[in-house]
Amino acid sequence: MLYAILCYNSEDVVGSWSKEKDDEVMARLAVVQERLKKEGRLGPVARLLPTTAATTLRKSGNEPIIIDGPFAETKEQFLGFYVVDCASLDDALDIAREFSVANPGTGSYEIRPISIFRPGQTST
Amino acid sequence: MTDTNWIDAALIAARPQAVGALLRYFRNLDVAEEAFQEACVKALKNWGKNGPPRDPTAWLIFVGRNSAIDVVRRQAKQQPLPPEELLSDLEDNETAIAEKIDGADYRDDILRLLFICCHPDLPPTQQIPLALRIVSGLSVKQIAKAFLVGESAMEQRITRAKSRIGAGEIPFETPDPIERAERLAAVAAMIYLIFNEGYSAAASEQQARIPLCDEAIRLVRLLLRMYPTEPEIMGLAALLLLQNARSAARFDANGEVILLEEQDRKLWNREMINEGLALIDKAMRHRQPGPYQIQSAIAALHARAPTAEETDWNEIDVLYGALERMMPSPVITLNRAVAVAKLRGPAAALTLIEPLEERLSGYFHYFGVKGGLLMKIGRNGEAREAFNRAIALANNAAEAAHIRMHLDNLSKE
Repeated sequence: MLYAILCYNSEDVVGSWSKEKDDEVMARLAVVQERLKKEGRLGPVARLLPTTAATTLRKSGNEPIIIDGPFAETKEQFLGFYVVDCASLDDALDIAREFSVANPGTGSYEIRPISIFRPGQTST
Repeated sequence: MTDTNWIDAALIAARPQAVGALLRYFRNLDVAEEAFQEACVKALKNWGKNGPPRDPTAWLIFVGRNSAIDVVRRQAKQQPLPPEELLSDLEDNETAIAEKIDGADYRDDILRLLFICCHPDLPPTQQIPLALRIVSGLSVKQIAKAFLVGESAMEQRITRAKSRIGAGEIPFETPDPIERAERLAAVAAMIYLIFNEGYSAAASEQQARIPLCDEAIRLVRLLLRMYPTEPEIMGLAALLLLQNARSAARFDANGEVILLEEQDRKLWNREMINEGLALIDKAMRHRQPGPYQIQSAIAALHARAPTAEETDWNEIDVLYGALERMMPSPVITLNRAVAVAKLRGPAAALTLIEPLEERLSGYFHYFGVKGGLLMKIGRNGEAREAFNRAIALANNAAEAAHIRMHLDNLSKE
C-alpha cells in the first residue's frame, strides 16, 4: 500500500540551520531515499517553501475567503512529504524511524495511508 | 553531527520568543538574558537525556523564569524589591504560561525585543550588534568577526548600547495599533540594515559577513510569521531573498565586482528566487504598495529575465518612478537613470542625473554611473574625470578596481 509520510517540524528550528547543516541533513535523508528508490518503492518527494510563502483559500458560501499564510497557526508546521510503497504500517514506521535518525531532534512524521494516487506530470 | 546539535538549533529558534517573554516578566534585559542562559544550560542537560519537550519555548520560559526568580529573591536580601506591579505574573503556573504563549502576547514580546534594539539614540553601528546579540543570540565573537573588529571592541560597543537603552526607557505597555505599526516599520528598517551590512561587503570580507544576510532573512521571516498580512513585510522579505539569491554570482575569482547584467544567472539561487516571487505575488494582492514592495518588484523583474537583454526596463523605469514619488531621493533617480539609459539612450540618462550632482557629490555610485554614460557617448575626457572622482570615493578595493577597469579601457582607445 502507498503511504504518505508527512514531515512536521518547527520552522523556526529548521530556519535557524546554517546552509552547511541543511545540506548535511538533506544528504543524510537522501541516502534513505536513494535506497527506497532502488527498491522501486519511492513516489513523489517534496519540500515546501516556508509557510510565510503560503496563501489559504477558505471556502465560504459563494465567495471564498483568501487568507495570508497557512490555515491554522500551529507550533509545528507541515514542511514536506514522501510517498512510499510499504508492506504494512510497521514497515512505514520503520522508514519514518530511519528519516528521524537521519534528521534527529524536534519534529514529527505523520504516516497516512493514501486513498487515491495520481502521480501526474509537470514540465518543470 | 553531535548529540547536542539539534538542541542548539532548538535553543536558537526559541530565543526571540523566550527572551521576549522573560523581558516582559523581569523588565530588565540583563536579568532576562541571564534567565534564558540558565534555562539553556538546564535544557542541554535535560533534553539530551529526555528528548525535546512538547513545547521547547514554553519549557525555556518556565525554567528561565523560575531560576531568575531565585536570583531576584537572593538579591532582594541585599536591596529592596522592585514594586510588585513591575514583577508581573510571578505566581503563574506552567499551564497559564503555555496559554499566554498561544495568545497574541508573544508577538508583542518579540516585537518589543526587536524594537528596543532600534532605539533612536543608537547609531546603526550599535543597533545591529545589539539585535544580533540579544535577538539572534550570536556570540560576541561571531558578531565581532562579521563586523571585522576585535572581540573586546565589540563587547564594549554592545555594553555601551545596552546602557543607553536603560530599562526605564523600554516601552513595556502593550502598544496601540499606531505604535505597533511604527515599531514594525522601525524593526523592518533595522533588518534591512543588518542585511545590507552583510551584502555590501567586498568579496574578501564576504565569507565573514554572510551570517549577517542569513540572520536578516531569518528575522524577516520571523516578523512575517508574526504579521502574516503585512504587505510591506512581505515586500521586505522578498527583497532580501531576491538580492541574496544573487550572492554566488556577484564576484569573480579575483574578487572583482560583476555587475548584475554580466552575472551568470545560472548561479542565482532558484529556491530563494521562487520564495521571493511567491511573496511578491502575495503582497500585490493587498493593493497597498510601499517602498519595500516596489524595490522587491524591481528585483523580481531582474530575477524573472532569463537573460540581461530580456530585462523589462520599461517596467523598471515605471517602478522607479513610483518609488521616487513615494520617497523622493536623488539615489532613486540615479537608479532610474540606468533604466532610462537602456530605454532612451545614455544622453537622456545624463540629462536626468546631472541636476543631482550637488546632492550626490560624495557618492561613489553617482560618479561611476556618470562616467559610464559619458563614455558611451564618447565624451571620454569628462568620463575620465568622473571615474577619477569615483575612485576617490570608493568604499572598498573592489569598487575602485571596477572603475579602474573602465579607465584602462578608456586609455586603450
